Amino acid sequence: MSISREDIEKVAVLARIKVDGEQVSALEKDLGNILDLVDQLSAADTDSVEPMAHPLDAVQQLRPDVVTETNQREAFQAIAPATEDGLYLVPKVIE
Amino acid sequence: MHNKSVAELSRELESGKISSVELTQQFLDRLKHEDGKYNSFITISDEQALAEAKAADEMRAAGKATVWTGVPFAHKDIFCTNGIRTTCGSRMLENFVPPYDATVTANFKAAGAVCLGKTNMDEFAMGSSNESSFYGAVTNPWGMASGDKRVPGGSSGGSAAAVAARLVPAATGTDTGGSIRQPAALCGITGLKPTYGRVSRYGMIAFASSLDQGGPMARTAEDAALMMNVMAGHDPKDSTCIDREVPDYTATLNEPLKGLKIGLPKEYFSDQLSPAMEEQVRNAIREYEKLGATVKEVSLPNAKLAIAAYYVIAPAEASANLSRFDGVRYGYRCDDPKDLMDMYTRTRAEGFGNEVKRRILVGTYALSAGYFDAYYLKAQKVRRLIQQDFINAFKEVDVLMSPVSPTPAFRQGEKNTDPVSMYLEDVFTIAINLAGIPAMSVPAGFVDGLPVGLQIIGDYFSEARLLNAAHQFQQVTDWHQREPQ
Repeated sequence: MSISREDIEKVAVLARIKVDGEQVSALEKDLGNILDLVDQLSAADTDSVEPMAHPLDAVQQLRPDVVTETNQREAFQAIAPATEDGLYLVPKVIE
Repeated sequence: MHNKSVAELSRELESGKISSVELTQQFLDRLKHEDGKYNSFITISDEQALAEAKAADEMRAAGKATVWTGVPFAHKDIFCTNGIRTTCGSRMLENFVPPYDATVTANFKAAGAVCLGKTNMDEFAMGSSNESSFYGAVTNPWGMASGDKRVPGGSSGGSAAAVAARLVPAATGTDTGGSIRQPAALCGITGLKPTYGRVSRYGMIAFASSLDQGGPMARTAEDAALMMNVMAGHDPKDSTCIDREVPDYTATLNEPLKGLKIGLPKEYFSDQLSPAMEEQVRNAIREYEKLGATVKEVSLPNAKLAIAAYYVIAPAEASANLSRFDGVRYGYRCDDPKDLMDMYTRTRAEGFGNEVKRRILVGTYALSAGYFDAYYLKAQKVRRLIQQDFINAFKEVDVLMSPVSPTPAFRQGEKNTDPVSMYLEDVFTIAINLAGIPAMSVPAGFVDGLPVGLQIIGDYFSEARLLNAAHQFQQVTDWHQREPQ
């Protein structure tokens, strides 16, 4: 199964990864090969099979709704690329 | 000292023949002197190690020592270590110093173990050769004498090479599709991927959350059991971690194997396996027969679909997990972003390597509108078929045995230009992750001077039985004691 250049460019936007023309060509081949490999799945008869999310079919565990964590904003922001006055800085979003 | 096992080092410390500070200094000196050849560590944390060693000696003086107190080891650089850089093999996390410990990290600290540093790995654990690390490839200690530079396997290649080269007696690893077992096999050490949910994933940087599982890598099954005693157990911080009693994994190591029923999946002795490898694996199985085990052929008819299912599920989950790397809260951010979109797309283009980007793109595609049912949902259904094969097999036998990898360690550069040929390296290991069952790699011989691993696969939560089977094998063979020259 092949994947088109347009598909790759669209997926790259969805994944927020910048790709240039040369990379798209390499990806066209590599992703095409991977999708060929994956295509074996279509041969499997799975009509009456439930999809499996957790190997032991475990359910989500719940805990009491109480505060257990302390505020560690300074420790967390110390490793951020850009902060100011306790806020994370990003390029201007609204003009 | 560097040749001693965890169990032996523990006894040396207990007898007072050596302090943990002395032992740690010896290991650090050797590590710094030797690792240039292998590149098995990304970070050596000598200051923190010596502080932990000093604390361990005090813990012992206060009569509070455990088996692990003062014993040096290393963490795969995927486990968050408070105050010690954790890169996950990626440029994205080159300067990431976690403000917290993974549960596995905290468990080893509580036991008094001494972490010497963080081992090299494929970027975000995506790879089978340790060539995708931003911090350079790792060289397998085996094969170096003949001038060859061979891969240690991956993604836990740094841990495997470091243990094989006697730089550390043991190291943690993680296994999403074979990343503990395949490097253990290629480097001639012992590795265990536990049942999904047996070991907490909290603070273990996520690749594919429904498959990832941390586990031990050591030279002996006994040491792997000692590691499991520290690593396994329920953790409220990981909602997929199973709340179930943890046995003492060393307690049953000496149980006799008489009557053990071994199944050989015929699909795992296919023409993908080289004849020389098959001979070694079959010789190992004959040793088990001598120990009183019986052998019969079984079938895993859907095993052939495992790689296809895996390369939908793992990239899909990776694409979601790795969306957190956005250049905002931690990790890499590109220079001079012109707007928010530019910041996201260039941060991720520059911060991730090629294999990680490929998998994110495949996963994004598989999850995108119109494709979700055909890919992800279909793969999750096939996953259940694969699981059912194992459930059926374990109605007839106690354990399954097979090769770990189709070939011994290959040369650096041999497979990393073709992603699909690299993916096929995991043909015998991937189905185990999809089913969520435990499996080990045990040294079982050599082909052309390179180690061969025997895979022992068990039913859910049968880690103690696998370790017992491996330990008994290691009482009558010496493959695990061979040292690379």
